[in-house]
Amino acid sequence: MKEILKKEDMYILKLRHLYESFGYIHYKMNKFEEYDLYAKNKDFLASSNIITFTDTNGKLLALKPDVTLSIIKNYKPSPSAIQKVYYNENIYRTSKSTKTYKEILQMGLECIGDLNVYNISEVLILAAKSLSILSDNYILDISHIGIIRGFLQMLELSSKDEKKLLSLIQEKNCHGIKAMSKELDISKEMTDNIIKLVSAYGHTDNVLNTLKSMCFNETIASAVDQLACICKLLKNQGFDKIHLDFSITGDMSYYNGILFRGYIDGIPSGILSGGQYGELMDKMNKHTGAIGFAINMALIESFDDDKDDYDVDILLLYDRDAEPEKVATAVTNLINDGFSVQAQISVPEKLRYNKILKLTGGGLTEIESDN
Amino acid sequence: MNQIINIALPKGRLGEKVYNIFEMAGYPCPSIKEDSRKLIFENSEAGIRYFWVKPSDVAIYVERGAADIGVAGKDILLEYSPDIYELLDMNMGKCRMAVAGKSTFRDNTQRPLKVATKFSNIAQEYYSSLGRDIDIIKLQGSIEIAPILGLSDVIVDIVETGTTLRENNLEVLETIVPISARLISNKVSFKFKNNEIETIVNKIGKVIKEV
Repeated sequence: MKEILKKEDMYILKLRHLYESFGYIHYKMNKFEEYDLYAKNKDFLASSNIITFTDTNGKLLALKPDVTLSIIKNYKPSPSAIQKVYYNENIYRTSKSTKTYKEILQMGLECIGDLNVYNISEVLILAAKSLSILSDNYILDISHIGIIRGFLQMLELSSKDEKKLLSLIQEKNCHGIKAMSKELDISKEMTDNIIKLVSAYGHTDNVLNTLKSMCFNETIASAVDQLACICKLLKNQGFDKIHLDFSITGDMSYYNGILFRGYIDGIPSGILSGGQYGELMDKMNKHTGAIGFAINMALIESFDDDKDDYDVDILLLYDRDAEPEKVATAVTNLINDGFSVQAQISVPEKLRYNKILKLTGGGLTEIESDN
Repeated sequence: MNQIINIALPKGRLGEKVYNIFEMAGYPCPSIKEDSRKLIFENSEAGIRYFWVKPSDVAIYVERGAADIGVAGKDILLEYSPDIYELLDMNMGKCRMAVAGKSTFRDNTQRPLKVATKFSNIAQEYYSSLGRDIDIIKLQGSIEIAPILGLSDVIVDIVETGTTLRENNLEVLETIVPISARLISNKVSFKFKNNEIETIVNKIGKVIKEV
């Protein structure tokens, strides 16, 4: 029998099952949100264009461009427990190439509260497991914003130069970093260390070794410590497709710890993106930790274009003067045998079928196979 | 097993020079030099597949993963800011992005400056960093003619030797940024074909230093 659920529908079911099994609660939300929420946190959003409209009472509303902000807004602080939620929502963003609005299905989860190493690792485990549901061939890259922050503390750059350096780091642009260092008179030793950091990519153990020689200040050292703890836990739990990559950076005014990105072989851009956004929580007056990630399900649609071979299993042809009752019985019997059936008088153009059966007085006869 | 690396090369003189560097680095594909209309060339032993694309499209092929790596001018990268890794300065195709105008040009700050260019994002960003209000006139070619005919006050364009400018009585007023060809990589390919791509980058880097 043909599988009716599309691949992406199955992924959604499997992901929901995964999150529920770890005790995450489904969080369903309104399509609209007050525009004010986004206006205050514009830089946190992937695109700054937001669809807005005026509600009947004169309030300016927006179609959600993001789910995380709404979840934070509705978070009720509770000192003891960690809030764990997941969501599966349509969001609205502009596409970079067409500059038009697109509806994107986003699936993700948030873990909010006083986080410990276990909570953070759990979210990373869920990220890795989510990727493995989508494909065996995945990579989860992890970074820690404390390391870059520690370097920036030593460099004392202007905010403009800081931004420029971060974008060079994101591009793994070593020649650009060299040129910038020359321009700003940054010492050769320091430049070499930044380049070493940016170029250190690969399995956790190798990269952690490189990092150990770079703990120049407290910020870096404590970040490296936390990272090492988490990597050890993940490794012992059997996750080996995890790499460290310090070209992953984020806005320092939102993020404060682990950052991560997930990739699947065959999808040309990152599909999963997440991090610890404690600074954002502070900004929104919820003084506690938080970590979460989101998966862009729209990318899956283009990835899984393994077309169905057939529209129907069986094309059932009957004569114009055949008895309707007999046709109905034949169709029902075939369906009961587990086939999908389309009954027609003549062969429709462009219909793809596995078999043609012809209903004659003596029963069903097969005419041809494999169209 | 080694995976094939797809390499987008910019069609034209620069692309041929870039191919020579790849050849010297140990990634030859002799059929590419035969005079033909073919666009795709493969050498499965060396694990590479080259294809020629329009120079301004290289970044798109790489960003969208049709090519794993490619060589594109920094001008294109600045203009379109694709989400890619910029791994190497090829030190070729050197020129600069510059503001040029008539030698008699004086900036009248009482009104917006009219700027003719192919690179509207670069021009916009440059002038907004100066806090100067501008009016962009987007042209596709023969930019030099714009100030002569009074279509614009100045142009923002690539200047290599400056000969074209001089022949049209124009001169460079300001250099915005130096430009050269860069080796870029798709971010996801860099993860899944990491060994292969890093090896290519290292070998190319060595050849460039020697040349």
